[in-house]
Amino acid sequence: MKNNGNIIEVNELTRKFGDFTAVDQISFEVKRGEIFGFLGANGAGKTTAIRMLTGLLIPTSGQARVAGFDIYTESESIKRNIGYMSQKFSLFNDLTVAENMRFYGGIYGLGNQEIRHKTIELLDRLGLTGVRNRLIADLPLGWKQKLAFSTAVIHDPAIVFLDEPTSGVDPITRRQFWDLMYETADRGTTVFVTTHYMDEAEYCDRVSIMVDGRIDALDSPVGLKETYGARNVDEVFVKLARGGVS
Amino acid sequence: MRSARNMSVTVSNLVKNYGTIRALKSVSLEVAEGELFGVIGADGAGKTTLLRILTTLLLPDEGHAQVLGIDVVNGYHELRKRIGYMPGQFSLYQDLSVEENLTFFAAIFNTTVEENYHLIRDIYHRIEPFRTRRAGDLSGGMKQKLALSCALIHKPDILFLDEPTTGVDAVSRREFWEMLGRLRASGLTIIVSTPYMDEASRCDRVALMHHGQILGLDTPAGISHQFGRPLYAVSAGRSGRSYQLLKALRASPHARSVISFGEQVHYTDHRDSFRPEFLHSYLMQQGLADAHIEQIEPGVEDTLISLMTSRDDEKQR
Repeated sequence: MKNNGNIIEVNELTRKFGDFTAVDQISFEVKRGEIFGFLGANGAGKTTAIRMLTGLLIPTSGQARVAGFDIYTESESIKRNIGYMSQKFSLFNDLTVAENMRFYGGIYGLGNQEIRHKTIELLDRLGLTGVRNRLIADLPLGWKQKLAFSTAVIHDPAIVFLDEPTSGVDPITRRQFWDLMYETADRGTTVFVTTHYMDEAEYCDRVSIMVDGRIDALDSPVGLKETYGARNVDEVFVKLARGGVS
Repeated sequence: MRSARNMSVTVSNLVKNYGTIRALKSVSLEVAEGELFGVIGADGAGKTTLLRILTTLLLPDEGHAQVLGIDVVNGYHELRKRIGYMPGQFSLYQDLSVEENLTFFAAIFNTTVEENYHLIRDIYHRIEPFRTRRAGDLSGGMKQKLALSCALIHKPDILFLDEPTTGVDAVSRREFWEMLGRLRASGLTIIVSTPYMDEASRCDRVALMHHGQILGLDTPAGISHQFGRPLYAVSAGRSGRSYQLLKALRASPHARSVISFGEQVHYTDHRDSFRPEFLHSYLMQQGLADAHIEQIEPGVEDTLISLMTSRDDEKQR
């Protein structure tokens, strides 16, 4: 493991739960600044893999480094250098927008000055400066999603993990969300994203597809389509995952 | 148009508020007997509220609704025996086995699994090998099949499914819609809600919901027809430079709408005289000579986005 162009390096990573092998010797790299799509059917092992990469679950065997840190011995450093957002995880409804940002900024170890500065910058970028003192509970879902994303990157992490970030949002907000991801990647933060919307897989620089605990395919969307003779990533996904998990 | 057919559902001017949140703002629709009807919209559009009122689980503030000719408020007792309902949250008994759950739901409707087995055979046989497993230990796809079996075991005259495919992977979603298609072919009326626009094409008719209102109510083809202007799909071609393409199209002074759709960008132009060659030469100037342009039929998602956008424009005026 030496290539400095890689922000994530995974080598034969495995996790078993009793007799069940959830993640089965997966190996892959994620390049700095890319948007990496992490796809798979329900139960294919995505969540288990993400929990290991974010330092929340110890692997059974194999190695991985995330943002330069070892997932066995440096999980606390990993947590400080990544951002994380899931559909289920949301902001505190009974705090205002600014209070949520102050809270998460504090969690990630930013100073007061820095938090104030970042809050202004992020809200300005989202065009949401006007709502800084509104309660999260009073905002539309689409705004909450965008704010949740912004808080996940308030500390300028090396990499941000997004677990089904666009689930359930309307088609316009879904696309605005991808704009945010493109901008974030353009600024150098690596984006690691899972989704069930196969059209979104096309927006990734590279896509991996997990089937039964293993990574069965990993390439750019164009490359995947050529390899599998498919018109779009959806067809590639169906070809690989059909016959996998029921 | 459908007056010759019996209506399974008639909804007129339904209103429901939660405190200051207006979940349904005067919703009206009809569903004919035997239809597979889709309620399509994002979270917060009002889908679940509508389905809960129709399944007698929630009282409307204003308006009326009849299901199978029965008023959902006054006739709830009678109606509950005749509807099948699969809620969005998995709500079977996690600590009962697959088989026990099914027997329980049959028993509370005074029937037996044997009597109505033919209704669920197609779905249930896939999970039957696991009939002694606790429901809580099933995979997502298997839970879904069990929940559908339990919603069907009392031979309902109409089936309501609240977001059965949310959070489900693309392959399992396909399989689930194939199951619904077979149920529809057996003559059952089905009302299903979903946030996935691509699932609209599986329905006979759909209601597009947004912020408690119905923005479109028609067959999928009829909805697409409402788009009402030429639509072009632009792709980056071999270069795979989709984001550059998106930015270039947005920067065009003649662009009316520029919306990404997977590997393509859907584009409409302000000019009546527009021809694809205009766009081609513009993209060439932008260093995107590989771009491929073709006129396409709009889909349901194109129309919903267009309807949402024009609605917002009106609000701003």
